[in-house]
Amino acid sequence: MVIIDGIVTLFLAGGLFFTFVGSIGLLRFPDFYTRLHATGKCDTLGAGLIILGLILYHLVHYSESFLVAAKLSFLMLFIFIANPTATHAIMKAAYQTGLVPWKLGDERK
Amino acid sequence: MKRGQRLFGISLTFGIMSLFWILLSGIFDGFHLISGAICCAIVALISHDLLVKGGAEKMVQKSLRLFRYIPWEFWQIVLANIDVAYRVLHPKMPINPCVIEFETPLRSDFALVTLANSITLTPGTITILVDPETGKFVVHAIAQAPADALLVDQTMQRKVAEVFFVEPSAGGQSAHP
Repeated sequence: MVIIDGIVTLFLAGGLFFTFVGSIGLLRFPDFYTRLHATGKCDTLGAGLIILGLILYHLVHYSESFLVAAKLSFLMLFIFIANPTATHAIMKAAYQTGLVPWKLGDERK
Repeated sequence: MKRGQRLFGISLTFGIMSLFWILLSGIFDGFHLISGAICCAIVALISHDLLVKGGAEKMVQKSLRLFRYIPWEFWQIVLANIDVAYRVLHPKMPINPCVIEFETPLRSDFALVTLANSITLTPGTITILVDPETGKFVVHAIAQAPADALLVDQTMQRKVAEVFFVEPSAGGQSAHP
């Protein structure tokens, strides 16, 4: 039980770390496109790890309600499909509006 | 043949919808199961062509290969996040963004979506534009190394092409009508 709780904590901490890094990247990176790199990728793994931890916790402590774990895994699946698609859609909108990507040596916007 | 394809699409949609109904309702008495079956049948009849396009040819092999592709993709996601975390937390921020273009022999919608989403999830690259007519991709890379991985190595293009039974170098030939 204690070992499982430790693994769950590790998953949650990892998820928190990547979500946090995503937020820092949003603040530090120089332009729209590079900021999307930080949020688009880190949110996927961050949310995925947190949900994975929740699934594990639920399966061990409330093993009688298996459906909740199944629903959570569906949530993870949809995040893994929807997040890159949404990132791509925002990116495409910006590119077609004519926003010029930041190049090394340019001034920060 | 056309009739068989339609029937296959309807039954596959019905199966997936029923699975969802049972998972999301979580109640297993007669009333809920029967009303679920009726709803699933209506949805499958009206909108099966949204979910299942084309016939059943090689569908099983494609799904099997897709399932072998997914673990590799997950590993790439982990690598991508470590890569982004390194670039974010490094005091000097080692980034050198560039926009690259390349063409693929893939034409079917599902194959293009898979490749585009894979590119977005893997280290340092995000898909900007996809042209379904010519298979042209415009990709924003955060540094030179990830751009070279797509332009020179082409590991990902080869893997996706293998999943969908497309010859990697035979630009153009595919199931596009």
